[in-house]
Amino acid sequence: MYKSFLIKYAEIAIKGKNRYLFEDALVQNIRYHLERVEGTFHVRKENGRIYVDTEGEYDYDETVETLQRIFGIVGICPVVLVEDEGFDALAKVVCDYVDRTYPDKNFTFKVDARRARKNYPMTSMEINAAVGEKILEAFPETSVDVHHPEVMIHIEIRPMINIYSTEIPGPGGMPLGTAGRAMLLLSGGIDSPVAGYMVSKRGVTLEATYFHAPPYTSERAKQKVIDLAKKVARYSGQIKLHVVNFTDIQLYIYEKCPHEELTIIMRRYMMKIAEHFAEEGKCLGMITGESIGQVASQTMQSLAVTNEVCHMPVYRPLIAMDKQDIVSIAEKIDTYETSILPYEDCCTIFVAKHPVTKPSLKHIKKSECRLEEKIDELMQTAIDTTETILVDAE
Amino acid sequence: MEAYLDNSATTRCCEEAAQLVVKLLTEDYGNPSSLHNKGVIAENYMNDARKKIAKTLKVQEKEICFTSGGTESNNLAIIGVAEANKRSGKHVITTSIEHPSVSATMAYLEEHGYEVTYLPVDAYGVISLDDLKAAIRPDTILVSLMQVNNEIGAVEPIAEAGALIKQCNPQTLFHVDAIQSYGKMRIYPAKMHVDLLSVSGHKIHGPKGSGFLYIKDKTKIHPLLNGGGQQRGMRSGTENVPAIAGLGVAAERIYTGFEEKIDRMYTLREHFIEEVTKIPGVHVNGHTDRSNAPHIVSVSTEGVRAEVLLHALEDKEIYVSAGSACSSNKPSVSHTLKSIGLKPELLDATIRFSFCVETTEEEIDYAVKEMAALVPMLQKYTRH
Repeated sequence: MYKSFLIKYAEIAIKGKNRYLFEDALVQNIRYHLERVEGTFHVRKENGRIYVDTEGEYDYDETVETLQRIFGIVGICPVVLVEDEGFDALAKVVCDYVDRTYPDKNFTFKVDARRARKNYPMTSMEINAAVGEKILEAFPETSVDVHHPEVMIHIEIRPMINIYSTEIPGPGGMPLGTAGRAMLLLSGGIDSPVAGYMVSKRGVTLEATYFHAPPYTSERAKQKVIDLAKKVARYSGQIKLHVVNFTDIQLYIYEKCPHEELTIIMRRYMMKIAEHFAEEGKCLGMITGESIGQVASQTMQSLAVTNEVCHMPVYRPLIAMDKQDIVSIAEKIDTYETSILPYEDCCTIFVAKHPVTKPSLKHIKKSECRLEEKIDELMQTAIDTTETILVDAE
Repeated sequence: MEAYLDNSATTRCCEEAAQLVVKLLTEDYGNPSSLHNKGVIAENYMNDARKKIAKTLKVQEKEICFTSGGTESNNLAIIGVAEANKRSGKHVITTSIEHPSVSATMAYLEEHGYEVTYLPVDAYGVISLDDLKAAIRPDTILVSLMQVNNEIGAVEPIAEAGALIKQCNPQTLFHVDAIQSYGKMRIYPAKMHVDLLSVSGHKIHGPKGSGFLYIKDKTKIHPLLNGGGQQRGMRSGTENVPAIAGLGVAAERIYTGFEEKIDRMYTLREHFIEEVTKIPGVHVNGHTDRSNAPHIVSVSTEGVRAEVLLHALEDKEIYVSAGSACSSNKPSVSHTLKSIGLKPELLDATIRFSFCVETTEEEIDYAVKEMAALVPMLQKYTRH
């Protein structure tokens, strides 16, 4: 029944002279995402408003679900647009609208008119009163409540008249592509996809690096990570995924260094390799799913030691979050079920029974000296043999 | 080179069966229940398959009920018999090493008020007839035994068990899960006192989604699927004629030149076992002689996790199964390996090689050669 959607956005509106950049990015993102939805859509910007007009048949639910994944949108209002054909015609349209939208008429309402086009012959207050009266006449079960109405009927007098009463929440955030690029360290776990989603929500375009260790990790573990990237890409758009074969480096560390330091040293080399691809891809930072104290390698001491190898800023959006809150987001963005598939990832295969929880940088660096002979060569090989996959949302 | 040594998971469908499947999907695609000629043609294909299969078992054609495969056959046999005979008793006997399509169905019966006795096995995976005898009661309605264990290839004494069951309680029905044994040994249900026998098509080079349950004439059993009354009411639903015809071809082929094929498979198995056990830390589970099934070798490797070895072999295009799927997130230990008393540290270090009539000596030698190279290398790096 709706032929158009009014798209509301919040933060963009306060971006001053850069505002049009953000709006244009949002319009473009909406177009990109709606290309995958059945139907014909036109996205237009008009007087600080974004409208999505539909043409012919389209799938309403799929359209709304898609819009709900586009960062920058705070609200989606299914809207009825009519030409101004005088007050009586308007009142009739509003009554029809109420009739179709609310089969059960037992509700309180308020009319909220806004006159953006000042040459309309009635003032906002007059419209409110007159339309309200018509609705009460047509549907005597309804009643007016100006303080806490159950239904707020918006009537906006613009070149076209906008009638809407529902606002479906969007994801918020900033339009994708307005902030820059960042490199996500993507494992098969619950946290990293959530971290990618959260940073992407601020308008950041994602690349990702995954470390696999065949034969210790399986082809299915890699497929799982690709599937996770696909899920995140539903929000973030295409993700360039670097798949690094980490086996030889891992075995070399295993051979040369104290076993309880394996994970922490391994993570330092992972950061180095990820940063290499981040620089290559002109990323402005890296993203991890680390959260203080979650595991041995995520104590504040461990984080400091891992962080020390990085030159770029490392964004850790989950740093102060509890696991359950992370899981809630993972469930919301539909990565949870994939994340918990039981395939071993390369962080756990050689994990020591009692890994260090308070590593000292001096100590770790000393251990790393034992790797001097071959580590550069192994890193280079890992980088040279990395497979790059462009992952799109399905 | 490639060595597909996972034939107990599934086999390659033979060309002849595959071509017939295509023909029946695209040319002779009639519904056997249709009254017109196309229906008659389809029905003839099905009857022909039934005839071929009945011949391999020396049973009547009407005793073959086609299903979607092993899992359905086992479910139909166990639930169907339990449902139809619940007034005579609610006691069922099986073993502790059954395939999940039997053990999970037994668990289902337990939830529905039946009592299930699980027979233990010895270190080679074989039940004791004395245990069986002691377990049979007046209210025992069903004994369900697998003929060949899918993980280690242990062969259960079916003929002896059959005679024993009928001697102890003539009312007790005897079901045999022959999914791993059909095509690997001669099976004559009538002589073995078997009332129900499950077979899967894709384990014998037939199409996936094919299989049958032999149901001895006049056996008291209820169907699982209700509908149009196909297959004498025992399994409603339009028959999967292409798969059934393919299964018929595969069954006939597997029992042609049978003795030589089995002898060859045993020779390969013995050769493989001799070579693979030369690798330090490698052991074979179950009987190594011909009292075991000819096509399954369960191999435990000290200090190498099954999944790692599996993927390392995969890298060399050698395909096997992990005897016990185990990972850091979801430990699930094999009942069979536990039941034969395998050391705990080997439960997670056991893989299964399984052969078929197409397996060559070259494949076996290649697999052994790669194992010999990989195992010492992988043993170097273990989880502490």
